[in-house]
Amino acid sequence: MKALRILSRNIRDSFKSVFRNFSLSLASISCITITLIVVAISIILTLNVNRFTELVEKDVTIIAFLDLKVTDEDRQLILEELNKLDNIEKIEFESKTKIAEDMMASSEKFKNIMSNWSEGESPIQDTYQIKVKDINKIGSTAKKIGKIEHVDIVKYGEGMVEQLVSVFDIIRKVSLLAVVALIIVTAFLIINTIKITIFSRRREIEIMRLVGASNINIKIPFVIEGLILGILGSIIPIILTIYGYTALYDKFGGRLFTNFIELIQPTPFVFYVSLILLIIGMVVGMFGSLRAVRKYLKI
Amino acid sequence: MDLIVLKNVKKQYKTGVVAIHDLSLNIKKGDFVFVIGSTGCGKSTLIKMLYREEKPTKGKIIVGGLDVAKLRNSKVYKLRRKIGVVFQDFKLLNKSTVYENVAFALEVLGLPKDEIHDKVIKALDLVGLKHKAKNYPNQLSGGEQQRVAIARAIVNGPKLLICDEPTGNLDENTSMEIMDVLEAINKLGTTIIMVTHDTFIVDTLKKRTILLDSGRILKDYEKGTYSNESIKNTK
Repeated sequence: MKALRILSRNIRDSFKSVFRNFSLSLASISCITITLIVVAISIILTLNVNRFTELVEKDVTIIAFLDLKVTDEDRQLILEELNKLDNIEKIEFESKTKIAEDMMASSEKFKNIMSNWSEGESPIQDTYQIKVKDINKIGSTAKKIGKIEHVDIVKYGEGMVEQLVSVFDIIRKVSLLAVVALIIVTAFLIINTIKITIFSRRREIEIMRLVGASNINIKIPFVIEGLILGILGSIIPIILTIYGYTALYDKFGGRLFTNFIELIQPTPFVFYVSLILLIIGMVVGMFGSLRAVRKYLKI
Repeated sequence: MDLIVLKNVKKQYKTGVVAIHDLSLNIKKGDFVFVIGSTGCGKSTLIKMLYREEKPTKGKIIVGGLDVAKLRNSKVYKLRRKIGVVFQDFKLLNKSTVYENVAFALEVLGLPKDEIHDKVIKALDLVGLKHKAKNYPNQLSGGEQQRVAIARAIVNGPKLLICDEPTGNLDENTSMEIMDVLEAINKLGTTIIMVTHDTFIVDTLKKRTILLDSGRILKDYEKGTYSNESIKNTK
């Protein structure tokens, strides 16, 4: 009962003191707001870049060309062999007739040439189009596919794919590092602003100690105050994230610059980002206050 | 019975300065004691050790049964709840009302609202400021602010009231008003230790007076005054 009374008083006092020290509170809130906006932008950018790289990587396909004399039975055996491999995501068969039809349909020139071919003259081969689970192992998977009987040639954009994967890997790591660094810098900025707020109230802490407030009793209101500042500071970044990103998404029709770059759907993405921002604001606000107060408790 | 016992207390600051040398002192419950002496004689250090703002380097300090020297930082509040402290600069929260300033000392103890209200009004009544409960400190005169600080210090019913030059910032008339309040509190049974420079107050009240010089007790008068020859000589 007593502890409950003290806690409810602490919460009341925290709210009071946010408003009584309004100019200082405003400084902390603005600092949190501005830094969290930057964090929000960088999180949204990073996650979109990551998703783009993943989509591109998923699009990479191994094409296995089967030799010209392959029979239906052989094809079935090849499919069984392919299914035995562990890095296979999806297998699609495309017959030479279908490929020829597509080619003829796509251009008049092809049509003229290809319509003159007699049976057995066509150089076009049946293919299996294979998507892999792990793009890093695409080389060894392609090799294994090449060893299957009746598989003539295996192509997956050798050389280029490996380069793409390593470049994307760097992009992902760098952007993640940038976000983490930014969050740490944000934390320091916010903690320092709160430190200044509390520095101007060291007299209050001194009086609290003087009248017999225990250390925990002194810490709690400041920690709650930090929490309130953190929550208030994250409101604008959250609104900007939810409405800003959705508006941007709608304006570009979900794609950026070209059809190639597809943006992440706003729901539920913006809510996850908002949650991250809120948590950063709350944790940093509380932790910042706690650190700053502790400095004045050592007597 | 002794409320305060100091035994062979020595205080040496990190800078090497020795503020208190081998000092022993007993103060009885209900006493009113002045601590006087020239600037730098150690009187501030002495009372700071009583409310554990400073720790003695050597010796024993017992206040109201608590071994102050052995008290850990995190347990200091236990001592502070037994004593009240009043300073020259009042140390009030300027953004809180008079009522809130006084109530603050009880809120940290987790008392119920009604009990806090009764005690705060009683304390404000004792210092004659009941009618200013809703004012803010900067709307009050210096003497009134000091009375608020006294109300805050005694609202919890402490056994000991420590006053560090409470009249240092006040004129003679206002000082005497503060002394009247302190005497009234003393008569209710609270022990008071007061550091002062004010010759007029010491001369008029004729209480036990401890004269410090270079960290040692030079004289301890039963009813000493500044007009005493030896005190004058040390000034």
